[in-house]
Amino acid sequence: MTTSRFSPRRLTAAFSLGLALVSGSATAAGEQYFPLQSYRVGPYAAGGTGFFGGFIDYMQLVNARDGGVNGVKLTWSECETEYVVEKGVECYERLKKGLNGAPAAATNPLSVGIAYATLERSTADRIPLITINHGRTDSTDGSVFPYVFPLQLNPYSEVSAIVNYIGQREGGLDKLKGKKIVTLYHGSPYGKETIPILDILSKKYGFAISHIEVPHPGTEQQSQWLNIRRIKPDWVILRGWGVMNPVALKTAAKTGFPADHVIGNIWSNSEDDAAPAGDAAKGFISITTHPAGTDFPVLKDIEKVVVKAGKGNLQDPKRFGSVYYNLGVVNGILNVEALRIAQAKFGKRPLSGEEVRWGFEHLKLDAKRLQDLGATGLVQTLTLSCSDHEGGGAVRFQQWDGASWKVISDWVQADRGLLRPIIEKSAAAYAKEKGITPRNCAKES
Amino acid sequence: MLLSETGQFSTCYAHDRRAFRLRQERVGLGLVLAFAFLVVPAWASDYWFSAILIPFLILSLAGLGLNLLTGYAGQLSLGSAAFMAVGAFAAYNFQLRIEGLPFLVSLALGGLVAALAGVVFGLPSLRIKGFYLIVSTLAAQFLVQWGLTKFGWFSNFNPSGVITAPPLTILGQDLSSPAGRYLLTLLVVTALFFLAGRIVRSDLGRNWMAVRDMDSAAAVIGIPVARSKLLAFAVSSFYCGVAGSLWAFTYLGTVEPHGFDLNRSFQVLFIIIIGGMGSILGNFLGAAFIVLLPLLLSNLGGSLLAGVIDQGHIENLQKILFGLLIILFLIREPDGLASLWRSLRARARVWPLRA
Repeated sequence: MTTSRFSPRRLTAAFSLGLALVSGSATAAGEQYFPLQSYRVGPYAAGGTGFFGGFIDYMQLVNARDGGVNGVKLTWSECETEYVVEKGVECYERLKKGLNGAPAAATNPLSVGIAYATLERSTADRIPLITINHGRTDSTDGSVFPYVFPLQLNPYSEVSAIVNYIGQREGGLDKLKGKKIVTLYHGSPYGKETIPILDILSKKYGFAISHIEVPHPGTEQQSQWLNIRRIKPDWVILRGWGVMNPVALKTAAKTGFPADHVIGNIWSNSEDDAAPAGDAAKGFISITTHPAGTDFPVLKDIEKVVVKAGKGNLQDPKRFGSVYYNLGVVNGILNVEALRIAQAKFGKRPLSGEEVRWGFEHLKLDAKRLQDLGATGLVQTLTLSCSDHEGGGAVRFQQWDGASWKVISDWVQADRGLLRPIIEKSAAAYAKEKGITPRNCAKES
Repeated sequence: MLLSETGQFSTCYAHDRRAFRLRQERVGLGLVLAFAFLVVPAWASDYWFSAILIPFLILSLAGLGLNLLTGYAGQLSLGSAAFMAVGAFAAYNFQLRIEGLPFLVSLALGGLVAALAGVVFGLPSLRIKGFYLIVSTLAAQFLVQWGLTKFGWFSNFNPSGVITAPPLTILGQDLSSPAGRYLLTLLVVTALFFLAGRIVRSDLGRNWMAVRDMDSAAAVIGIPVARSKLLAFAVSSFYCGVAGSLWAFTYLGTVEPHGFDLNRSFQVLFIIIIGGMGSILGNFLGAAFIVLLPLLLSNLGGSLLAGVIDQGHIENLQKILFGLLIILFLIREPDGLASLWRSLRARARVWPLRA
């Protein structure tokens, strides 16, 4: 056999060259680094490009308009995860060391799977793990999960807020008695996370609950919706993901279930979920923590400073102000504010992940601060603490008018008092399994 | 002269039967092992351990599992990931439900459960062959994933169905650090590779190869075909099961059934196609190709092209490049990297007398 050109030596040489390039040499002191485990290709690219586009544009705004956070410029680099857990872990390990001497502030993978896989690593490496609007529910208990922050809304709060909203629409929570609710959920860990809490709520308020699973990816739902027609529920909670959402709305229309009694959860609430269903989606209600729209002052600033300068991160400028993009902006605001709070304690310099964690734990956004940030109505008021890593637990409801989302409710609070003991119990079980001694939050400062 | 056997005489039959007959090879292997066990842990960074070396070793092991079945016994399978999942979830449940069970024991028990599953899904191989067998193992792939998702017991009723690895301690040593995980993985993988090396040279391995080459002929000369096939499924699934447990416990530290989907089976299949069917070393080479090359491309792309072109395009370019490399490579070396190694070795044995 003839020799091949793929000699081992060449491969080694190429590989070491690659690694040498990665390690780099130029130093950029005085900057704070955000490792971005982004996803711009693959089935969930719509979410990834929007979210990371908004996040990056907000950081660009802070750099260009304010010269960074108290003079500390923000820097970032991306690593593609495709929403795949192994790639997310690889990216985490690749980026956690910081960039050219700028320390990593926090990781924001925007993926339940990657968050689960990097949860312990983050704790060991002392880098906060931010899972905005999703993640592991019991990580709300910061005494057991010091480095994990399911900011704004964990899955239990999400469901509880939906039930509270249905109660409002029915004229009071006591009116829920005897009503029928169906959850149509994605057949994945994400979809199933809320089954136990819905059962608890149904016992408490006396409504009947049926859980109906849609296997991934959910492109065929005829039998599920026929089943729903048989049950004749008053409301359907859609706990969907990707293509499952428009298909659900179309099939609902086909089987004659009114779209304005379908309530989409936090991953069924974007333009990409409703628009493909066409007319069938008209009237569809969904929750949101971050309304779509470009009227917020902070978005106007981004448009003026970043997008008009030709530096906007979105490839498709029409998506500016969309749901995913605005979630990215909200995420940027929360990260930067945590940084600011941590800087007030530790000094105006690039901070370590451990110091930024303190900032997240003491994150406090009141109405006045939101006004200053130009984010009133876009972000809810938040107060985090050692024992509460979620902080908000409120959502607004929006309705699809066939072309865009219109906000139709004020902030609706989850029943966090009811959820708290369940979360604490689950966190305590985790602590026991892992041999973690929970922090005493009374002694934390 | 490099690999010359001049001056090395066998003085007893045992010497003739050695797996590595050349002294140079034995010394080389010793050096590689010493390097992997002693030098690497002292030198490598977290990134090397957690993102490169551990998945590389585990996928080599999974490749070996499939190679025993496909490369040696000639039974095609697309169920490797299913058997990995069975192993991972079984080991997890043994750890969870039996207090104080040593980690290595639950690893082995997980492998045994996977072996049982392998035998069950291997039963159709007694009647059907080739592409049709793929369909039956494909059924394993879907059935296992469905079962693990459907029945909460397997994931200890965790609402999201994700299992979390227990702390890794062996003989009181805490191995949770990246280096510790690496050493644990390396130890298990090395031991199992040596075992496989012995198996394929034993009468069982010879039976497999006879069945692979022509099962009717093998039956005629008295080889128990059914037993050999089922044992191939059992041993292969044992290897896959242990690889799955390592994947869950030493690599990710968490796992959900979705992590062992059809794509993982394909990945393992590509490892043995690119590495070389019916070769032990080929599994390492194939895993290196599949694990390291995309990382290299992604690292290069990240540092050279970042900011020049859009991130999403960089990622797609890498995929195109990786696909091109696979095609190019398979055209030039259809028998896999192992055959490239064999020809290099043959040349080295006569060098410099002939080139």
